Amino acid sequence: MSLKIVVLAKQVPDTRNVGKDAMKADGTVNRAALPAIYNPEDLNALEQALRLKEIHPGSTVHVLTMGPSRAAEVIRESMFRGADGGYLLSGREFAGSDTLATSYALSCALRKLGKIDVIICGRQAIDGDTAQVGPQVAEKLGIPQITYAEEILAVENDTITVKRRLERGVEVVKGRLPMLVTVNGSAAACRPRHAKLTLKYKLAKTQSEVQEAGNDYTEVFNNRPYLKIDEWSVNDIEHDPKWLGMSGSPTKVKQIENVVFTAKESKRLEPTDAEIDGLMKELIANHTIG
Amino acid sequence: MQNVFVYLEIEDGQVAEVSLELLTKGRTLANELGCQLEAIAIGYGLDTVGEQVFPYGVDRLTIAEDPRLKYYTTLPHTSIVVNLFKEEQPQIALLGATSVGRDLGPRVSSSLFSGLTADCTMLEIGEFEDKKNDKKYENLLYQIRPAFGGNIVATIVNPECRPQMATVREGVMKKQIFDANYKGGIRRIDVSKYVSDEDFVVEVIERHMEKSKLNIKGSPIIVAGGYGMGSAEGFNMLYDLANVLGGEVGASRAAVDAGFCEHERQIGQTGVTVRPKLYIACGISGQIQHIAGMQDSSIIIAINNDPHAPINTIADYVITGNVEDVVPKLIKYYKANTK
Repeated sequence: MSLKIVVLAKQVPDTRNVGKDAMKADGTVNRAALPAIYNPEDLNALEQALRLKEIHPGSTVHVLTMGPSRAAEVIRESMFRGADGGYLLSGREFAGSDTLATSYALSCALRKLGKIDVIICGRQAIDGDTAQVGPQVAEKLGIPQITYAEEILAVENDTITVKRRLERGVEVVKGRLPMLVTVNGSAAACRPRHAKLTLKYKLAKTQSEVQEAGNDYTEVFNNRPYLKIDEWSVNDIEHDPKWLGMSGSPTKVKQIENVVFTAKESKRLEPTDAEIDGLMKELIANHTIG
Repeated sequence: MQNVFVYLEIEDGQVAEVSLELLTKGRTLANELGCQLEAIAIGYGLDTVGEQVFPYGVDRLTIAEDPRLKYYTTLPHTSIVVNLFKEEQPQIALLGATSVGRDLGPRVSSSLFSGLTADCTMLEIGEFEDKKNDKKYENLLYQIRPAFGGNIVATIVNPECRPQMATVREGVMKKQIFDANYKGGIRRIDVSKYVSDEDFVVEVIERHMEKSKLNIKGSPIIVAGGYGMGSAEGFNMLYDLANVLGGEVGASRAAVDAGFCEHERQIGQTGVTVRPKLYIACGISGQIQHIAGMQDSSIIIAINNDPHAPINTIADYVITGNVEDVVPKLIKYYKANTK
């Protein structure tokens, strides 16, 4: 059976490689100092989607992302890796969204795509680590979910079998399609399919990227329509504005602090034999060790 | 109505540590708010749940028991919790930040349109002024959590929506008996009124759960390594030191991400929180997300070749030098002095 698969992906600041200049003096995050990357677990999700596509000929994999216009990079990268295309949901109406407003917007966009068999996303994004958007989207769409997936074992006759990796073991669960699956970082890494895809999709662009570049893309898009990345604004999705952005976000940030831990008075030691010997004697004497 | 609710995570009839920790916190919050503490148990084989949780100050335990609920699956638990919350209108709902709580919590919050904050490290009661709408709120739950990879700490509030929902990782809150003889009430609900057959579309067909072999949380001595250990081989000397001292090996997120060490040993915001007697941080710079998970250790030794590493500010002993030199010396002089 051919499957219609949609991957939810997010462009995130690379919080794993936070350098000393990542925080400004006033304690706010210096986003400019952090490179924007494809959220790592979303790549694991994409890999599961591409594998399904390989096993089930005729299947399609599209990527949906919400973000500023530069987030089109996530879709382009997905195409390089083997996705058929994608959709960028963008606009200031989505600014200030918490996980719930985000999942509402994504669910509206997913509805526009018609009947989807499997929605796959990363378990969580490294900028928030909340793991909420996947399940919240599933709830909004009224479909079941399987979280913490390590491998989609099989899709057959409208059922999906998934191996989950939990804190203390593994679990195999089986459910009916349509299904939303969130994928763990322990799942297989995303292996680019074919170097030729990078050449094929190098020129893929959204309309706003075309405008920014100032080039005339009419002919390119006419000849090679697969290069056009769909960009949706709030007007392209059926929605109720009160559930979007700030007004659709029940959580409010009261305060943001740069954490300062109360400094202790430390004993400074040189790594010499005598000082380490002394330290060990001290720790043994006060029964910390031994 | 308006009570504090804790969702109990249960495996083989045993209430999870994280749930008992949340009950302890929930009791404190309920006292401060002058309301009751309630717990929800969903599963099968729940006979002893009451005696397990009442000493933590539970005023009422709601039990939803059904053979079909033996193993956790998303939809039936969601339906029960959502419908129960609609009836009971809790002001606060707490769940463990586990694979269960993080599966269920967002689903419930999405259904009820209530705000949920993941992985909180502190929960407090306080007021909030919405300057834009010129509104003041009292007795809100401050949901405090590190964000942005642990580089900032954010205080989140849900001014309008109820319940105010939060998840907390195991080990972050302290578990404490409230009153060993405390007796709350039990009510059993008719599961079929809360779930539909459709909720059982996902079925667990295989399950291999192990009791965790590691007990980092309970270890009095922890030798932790960071990215500065350089490789998985570099970690070997930490296992040697931990062995000699009778402790466990832990790791920072950077070391785990780099593949030096398994995730189970990760200490910090996205790993476990520990409070050992002695914490030896080797090659760990001390990102906030790590410090948040070990700052309550009694004695902290930091070994780092950067004299300005952030970890040094919270350490009792700072050894500036290469871990490869210092760790073998620690082993050598421990042995020499304990002979």
